[in-house]
Amino acid sequence: MEKPFAITLNLNSSLANHTGSWRVEKPEYVHRMPPCNNACPAGENIQNWLYIAEDGSYEAAWRALIEENPFPAIMGRVCYHPCQSVCNRAELDEAVGINSVERFLGDHAIEKGWSIPGPSVESGLKVLIIGAGPAGLSAAYHLRRLGHGVTVRDATHAPGGMMRYGIPKYRLPREVLDAEIARVKDMGVVFEMNTRVDDVHEALNEGFNAVFLAIGAQLSKRAYIPASEAARILDAIKVLHDVEDGNQPLLGRKVVVYGGGNTAMDVARTAKRLGAEEAIIVYRRTRDKAPANDEEITEALEEGILVKWLSTVKHAGDKHLEIEKMALDENGFPQPTGEFETLEADSLILALGQEVDFSLLGNSADLDTKDGTMPVDATMMTSHPGIFAGGDMIPAERTVTTGVGHGKKAARNIDAWLRKTTYEKIENNDLVTFDQLNTWYYTDAPHVVRERLEATRRAKDFSEVVKGLDESNALYEARRCMSCGNCFECDNCFGVCPDNAIIKLGPGNGFEINLDYCKGCGICVSECPSSSIVMVPDK
Amino acid sequence: MKLRERLVIKLSTNPVKFYQVGSFAVGNRLLSAEDRSIQSDPDRTNALTSGHRACQGCGEALGARYALDAAMRASGEKIIAVNATGCLEVFSTPYPESSWRIPWLHSLFGNAPAVATGVAAALKAQGRTDIRVVGQGGDGATVDIGFGALSGMFERNDDVLYICYDNEAYMNTGVQRSGATPPAARTATTQAVGENPGNVFGQGKNLPRIAMAHEIPYVATATVADLRDLEAKVTKAMSFRGARYIHVLVPCPLGWGSQSCDTIKIARLATQSGLFPVFEAEHGEVVASTPIRKRESVEEYLKLQVRYSHLFSPSRRDDVIDHLQAIADKNIARYNLMSTENEGQ
Repeated sequence: MEKPFAITLNLNSSLANHTGSWRVEKPEYVHRMPPCNNACPAGENIQNWLYIAEDGSYEAAWRALIEENPFPAIMGRVCYHPCQSVCNRAELDEAVGINSVERFLGDHAIEKGWSIPGPSVESGLKVLIIGAGPAGLSAAYHLRRLGHGVTVRDATHAPGGMMRYGIPKYRLPREVLDAEIARVKDMGVVFEMNTRVDDVHEALNEGFNAVFLAIGAQLSKRAYIPASEAARILDAIKVLHDVEDGNQPLLGRKVVVYGGGNTAMDVARTAKRLGAEEAIIVYRRTRDKAPANDEEITEALEEGILVKWLSTVKHAGDKHLEIEKMALDENGFPQPTGEFETLEADSLILALGQEVDFSLLGNSADLDTKDGTMPVDATMMTSHPGIFAGGDMIPAERTVTTGVGHGKKAARNIDAWLRKTTYEKIENNDLVTFDQLNTWYYTDAPHVVRERLEATRRAKDFSEVVKGLDESNALYEARRCMSCGNCFECDNCFGVCPDNAIIKLGPGNGFEINLDYCKGCGICVSECPSSSIVMVPDK
Repeated sequence: MKLRERLVIKLSTNPVKFYQVGSFAVGNRLLSAEDRSIQSDPDRTNALTSGHRACQGCGEALGARYALDAAMRASGEKIIAVNATGCLEVFSTPYPESSWRIPWLHSLFGNAPAVATGVAAALKAQGRTDIRVVGQGGDGATVDIGFGALSGMFERNDDVLYICYDNEAYMNTGVQRSGATPPAARTATTQAVGENPGNVFGQGKNLPRIAMAHEIPYVATATVADLRDLEAKVTKAMSFRGARYIHVLVPCPLGWGSQSCDTIKIARLATQSGLFPVFEAEHGEVVASTPIRKRESVEEYLKLQVRYSHLFSPSRRDDVIDHLQAIADKNIARYNLMSTENEGQ
């Protein structure tokens, strides 16, 4: 090549200079565990379905969601959303309204009539599920997807378990419940309702290869309360069950509910809707010690339910109760004070918690039980091979979501057991904490509050209290997700690299590091909003 | 021209208000292509490409690419850059290799503004005013050595955008003090010794304000911490004819003694503490300033940098820290940086 005067070398691009050789550490894209996913009792991949929903791909988001949980419309109404309690966004402004987006996706799916295909290959194996509550239905769904023949038997006449017979309509409209259960049925799950199973072992001889027990905890706990003969005392569970069956219980004008859990709130609110002029909850401890979910207490109070905190029922007479006031001792336990008052009451409803009714299992009660529940091993199997259990009857938190989680876990383990393998759970990634995020890049966006029905109106009928989001605010809410620990393609790494050493792979494909030029400065890691890049030693 | 006008409107008057990442991240998959920053474009110019010899985490390399890619976009990819001597020249173009992917010219340390003037004049003589000229240099070349040439360029209102990448000392030659070195900072020539360690609290030499005093069409400050702001200012500057000046703060891990991964964080702290006010001025008057979003004390900024470590050990120099805080507070008042009316970013 002809060179100008005094020039001896050809011109070159600096691309010939591989500055990657300077590096001792290199950045690496990772997927880490967001706190919401970590807290979900049903093991949902929340960050993932929010991410998909963010661009309006609702069906894809819904399909990702139902990989883990077949009941988003139910969850979006009854789940106590432990995900939101741990959401990192809460430290920035307010937690993402995950529950409301879940409900939106669930309702949208019902509206659009999206269905779930049955399995493409049948395993030829059969599983019997006893109990059509959340755990049983979730197990049925997951087992069916895995190709097994599934039969669900339940003594009641409609499936749903406590979702139908425990949770009142104003929290979970039955059309929603029916629609989501129908989808499971349409996958080919056989429901045998009004069928009590007296002998579990018999089922194994009947041709079922495995059994999943999910009979719940349906027996109301009793407390000894001296009562005169005319006193009218009812069980909360029985009242809720009767209301569902259309048998209106006689409660009178003034109803007292004894207990401080969610069932107490539900039954008091139900009594009010049935026409009681006054519904009073009597609970021996304080509001912050009550087991009921705080939102439910708030909603009950808004509807005019009165609560006598720090009180116990000493005697139930005809048309009145004797109440003793309590005081908390230094350990926070309620102690009697000797101070009494009389409360007018036409009926007293006991909502003191529930126990497992093992008599439902009839002749199969030889399975091991402990402290009133049925212990299971890490694979959800009882003391008898091939018989698994989950839901309220095993020692765990008693919520719908926990039951759904049990159903999924049991299904995966039953599947492995049937195929004579073991189910290998994927190791959880490390948890993302708030201080690991670069929150500078997130703008302030407080969460959308779901509209609630006017308190005065809602206490009169059973229409749904909490309203859903519409498409615009559901999208807004989904986009508030900070995508903890998972890349959401904000292009920050691509932009901030002083060496152009990040390769953008295009929508949905993320990024790659060009190690020929990456000097290992770490700016991409510092400026990643969601903490999904880490520095690792470069070998 | 059409493209430029569109970008000016998009970038300067309509800050993107996006639920998830606001206007602060480089891009977002949910934004339409024209709402994303120029740097988020996989087909951006990459005016300064890979393989350059800048240190790990170099703020200047980043600032130069941000600015020139934006200038390229705004001028329909017709740019000639004139570079003063300094890090940017040395690390990008050790002959025969160069990282520049635009027409690029280097002459001497002190004459870049004069050379840029000449290039602009030559283009005008040829009737090629569609080709735009960008002069650039570090703070040494701009604030000290080329100052006379730059002032002349301003005074004549030559059609050049001059960009100063300010890393607050002569880094290329070994971190010697420049006219832009801030008070109390340690450099090779202002050691942390004696009663008043580091650089003196002098009169200062605030080049953006000196540029404003020439009443040239456009003067702005920016940092590598706010990419969208920098891109908007370069784009806006390219919409004017005549002399324009942009002063970009570019942290230097080597000279400031900071972690290479903290370059952007430190630039952000400089703005959020008020030590480096971000504003723009037209014809000598300030027309806008970027409000502080999350106010930080100057200490948060200082403590990440070894050049200020003598303010914290062996004994803490509250008197000096307070003095620096007073400078920040004065900036906040002067440029209205705590204003609430232009909030909502």
